[in-house]
Amino acid sequence: MTTLSASLTPRRLLDRVVDVFTSPKSGPVLVTAILFLLMYVGGGLRYHGFFAGQVVLNLLIDNAYLIVLAVGMTFVILTGGIDLSVGAVVALSTIIAARLLQLGWSPGVVIVLILIITSLLGLLVGLMIQVFKVQPFIATLAAMFLSRGLCYIIAKESITISNPFFKAMANIRISLGYRLSITPSVVIALVVLVIAVWVLQYTRFGRTTYAIGGGEQSGMLMGLPTARTKVLVYVISGFCSGLAGVLFSFYTLSGYALSAVGTEMDAIAAVVIGGTLLTGGYGFVLGSALGVLVLGLIQTVISFEGTLSSWWTKIFIGALLLVFIILQKVLTSRRT
Amino acid sequence: MEESPATAPLENPAPVVEMTDISISFPGVKALDAVSFRMFPGEVHSLLGENGAGKSTLIKALTGVYSIDSGVIRLDGRKVTFSGPAQAQAAGISTVYQEVNLLGNLTVAENVMLGREPRRFGGINWRAMRKRSAEILSGLHLNIDPGSLLNSHSLAIQQLVAIARAIDVQAKALILDEPTSSLDTEEVAELFRVIRTLKDSGVAILFVSHFLEQVYEISDRLTVLRNGQLVGEYLTEELLRIDLVQAMIGKELSVLDDLEAQVHSTEKDRAVGAKSRTFVEARRLTRKGAIAPMDLSIDEGEVVGLAGLLGSGRTELARLLGGVDRADSGQVSVHGEPVKLRTPRQAIKHRIAYSSENRRSEGVVDELSVRDNIILALQADRGWLRPIPRKRQDELAASYIEALNIKTPNADALVRNLSGGNQQKVLLARWLAIAPRLLILDEPTRGIDIGAKAEIQKLVYGLAENGMSVLFISAELEEVLRLSNRIVVLRDRKKVADLPNDGLSVDALLTLIAEGAPAPSHTIGAES
Repeated sequence: MTTLSASLTPRRLLDRVVDVFTSPKSGPVLVTAILFLLMYVGGGLRYHGFFAGQVVLNLLIDNAYLIVLAVGMTFVILTGGIDLSVGAVVALSTIIAARLLQLGWSPGVVIVLILIITSLLGLLVGLMIQVFKVQPFIATLAAMFLSRGLCYIIAKESITISNPFFKAMANIRISLGYRLSITPSVVIALVVLVIAVWVLQYTRFGRTTYAIGGGEQSGMLMGLPTARTKVLVYVISGFCSGLAGVLFSFYTLSGYALSAVGTEMDAIAAVVIGGTLLTGGYGFVLGSALGVLVLGLIQTVISFEGTLSSWWTKIFIGALLLVFIILQKVLTSRRT
Repeated sequence: MEESPATAPLENPAPVVEMTDISISFPGVKALDAVSFRMFPGEVHSLLGENGAGKSTLIKALTGVYSIDSGVIRLDGRKVTFSGPAQAQAAGISTVYQEVNLLGNLTVAENVMLGREPRRFGGINWRAMRKRSAEILSGLHLNIDPGSLLNSHSLAIQQLVAIARAIDVQAKALILDEPTSSLDTEEVAELFRVIRTLKDSGVAILFVSHFLEQVYEISDRLTVLRNGQLVGEYLTEELLRIDLVQAMIGKELSVLDDLEAQVHSTEKDRAVGAKSRTFVEARRLTRKGAIAPMDLSIDEGEVVGLAGLLGSGRTELARLLGGVDRADSGQVSVHGEPVKLRTPRQAIKHRIAYSSENRRSEGVVDELSVRDNIILALQADRGWLRPIPRKRQDELAASYIEALNIKTPNADALVRNLSGGNQQKVLLARWLAIAPRLLILDEPTRGIDIGAKAEIQKLVYGLAENGMSVLFISAELEEVLRLSNRIVVLRDRKKVADLPNDGLSVDALLTLIAEGAPAPSHTIGAES
C-alpha cells in the first residue's frame, strides 16, 4: 500500500486490472463499456456511414425518455426493489398531457401537474412497500394496472398533440456544430443524469440508497434513515416516469393508452446491462445510461443490417441480459 | 455468593450507564424480570448467561430496540428513554453486533463515517471522509485502504471496522455483542488490544462472549443472568470459574427431581460399555468456526450426553451428524462403513434423525395439523410419489398421540395451538415415525413445562432400552447425567472429556466444563 504508483510492476498492474474487472462494483459496467465500444467499432467497419457522430447522437435523441426511466429505475433497483409501473405511468403521462392540451390548458401547468401526479403515485407505492411491507413486485404491479386502467378512462383512442410548445420541443434542433444536433429532450435527460449521479454519489440519501441494497437491517442499525429513503426512491421513480412520459409525448406528439407497453422491461434491462445488481447495493446510474445506449445500438445495428426483422432486437437483448445476469452471479459469489 | 454486590472501583464510583429493575415481557414470556445492570467508565463488564437468559434482550433494551415495560435507564445520572439505536448512538451508547452489521457493498471509509460524513458544497466530501477514517483506523493500528470495499476484507477486519465506527461516534459506552465468535486466536488478541486501548481512554465496555477464557482475560466485572433474572454482579477476580458456571446453569427445581425419580426407579441395570456394536463413528470431524477436529463414537442403544456451554460446539457437532451442516474434513462411518452426511436427507437414509433446538423455526410446521407434522419426515423419506394412505396416517397419528401422551383435541388441530411441550412431542413423534437408529435431540426439554420434561426424559430412556442410539444435548446438567450412559464434555469447540456416567456428579461435570481439566479417568475409549 505504501508503494508509489511509479513502482507498479506489470504483474501488479495486471492484478489491479483483474481486481477492477472482477469487483461486483465496477466489473459489469466495464464489460458493458467495452461491449459498447466493440459494437460501435464493429458496426463502423461493417456499415457505411455508421461512424458518423450523428448516429451516436440519434441514439440519445431516440432514447432520451428511456434514459430518464432508467435513472429512476436505477434508484429502485439499487435498494433491491423493482418498479413494474413505469411503462404504464409513461402512457398515463402522455395521455394526460394530450387530453389537457386538447382542452386548452397551458403546457407549463400540464407538465407540472403530470410530475406531481406521478410523484404522488410513486409515494403511494413507496408507502405500500415500506409501511405495509408489500413486495415491490406486487405493489408496482398494482400501480401498473391502475395507471394503464386510468389511461382508458381518460381516452380510448390516440390523441394527437397540436400544442405549439410541444411541437416546438419535438422539432427544435440544438446545433453542436459540425452538422451535429440534439433535441431539448436530450439536454433534459442529460441534466437528470448529472443530478442523479451527484445525488447517488454525494448525498446521504444516495448512500443510504446503496445501504438499503447492501443490508437494510444493517443500515438501520447504523442509524441511517432507511425507511424514509425507501419511500423516496419510489417517489423518484414516479417522478422520472412522469418526466419520461413528457419527453415521450414530445417525441411522438400524441397520447395513447397503449403506448410504452413493455417499456418497464426495457428500463430494467438497461439497468441490469448497465451493471446494477438486481439484488441491489451495487451499480452506477451512468452504467444504466450506457445500458440504454447499448440497447439503442443493437437496434441501430439491426436497422443498418436491413435484412433482419426488428424482432432480432429483442432476441439480442434477451441473450445479453442472460449473459449479464450470469456474470453478476459469478462476480458476487466469488466475493462472498 | 448469591447476593454479593460488588464494590465499585474507588477511582470512579459513578456509573455511566445504570439500568434499574428493567422488566420486559413478550407474549407469553417474561424476557427480563427486574434486572439491574451498570457500566463503569474505563471498565470491561461481561454479561453472561445461557441461551434465553436475557442477555440480548437487555442489550436491546439499553439501545432502544425494545421498549421497557418497567424500570429506569440512567445515562450519566440522567434518566433516558431511547426510541431506537440511532438515538442511543447519538447519546453515546454504541453497539457492535455479533454478526457484523455493516455494509459490505460500501467502502471502509463510508462504513466508519456514514451518518456523520464530512460535507462540502452540500455534498459528501469523500477526500475528507477517507482522511478522517484513515486516522481512526490507524488509531486502532489497522492499516487498510479506506477506499476499498468492506467485503474485500476478512471478518476480523470488518469487526474492527465496526468498532472504529463505534469509537468515532464518541462513545461513552461501547457494547460488544459476541465480537469474538468468528475470530481466530490472533484476531482475538488484536481485538483485545483495541478493547484495552479504549478502556484506558475511559470508555465503559459491555462485553458478551461464550468463551469463558476470554471473559476472564478481558473483563473486570461480571453480571450473570438466568431465565430473564439477575443472578448477581461480581468482580471477575473474586469469582471462581466453577462458581460462575454454576451461576449460569443453575440448579434444577426439586419438584422436577421428584418426578424424575420415577424415571430413575424404573431404571434397570444398564450394561454400560457392554459388547454392543458401534453404530456411528466420527473421526476428526471438523468445520471451521464450529468445531475443532473431533472424534466421537456412539454404540447401539447408547445414550450419549453432550455437555458444554452454548457455543462450545455441542449444537454444531449435532448439526454435522444430522447432515444439516457440512463438515470441512473428517469422516463419519455407520456400522464401520464410511458415509456421506451432506444433507439431512442423506442422514435420514442412514436412519440418523436430528431434532433441532429451534423447535419453532426448524422443527414443527406451525400451520399444519398434528397429523401432518407427524407424518412429514416419513412421507419425505418415502418420496412424494408414494403418498401414505389416509388410513395409515390416521393410525400413525393416533398411536403417537397416545404413546407420547400428546395433549391435543384431535389429530387435525394445528400445531400452532399446542403448548411448547406438546409441540416438542409432535416433533419427537415425527422422527420416531421414521424409526431412526440414532436420534439426535438438541435441547428437547428447553422452555417446556416440568411434567412434559419428565415425560420426554422417560421416553428417551425407553427408546434406548429398545436399541436406539441417542445423542442428547441439554444445558441442564442434571438431565444429561440422569439419562446418559456416557458423557462427552465440549469446551471452546473441543472435546475435553469422554467418560462413562458412573457416579459422576454435577459438580465434577461443572469443573470439566469450566476448567476442562483432563481427569485421569477420561482416557477411557482411547484404546483405539
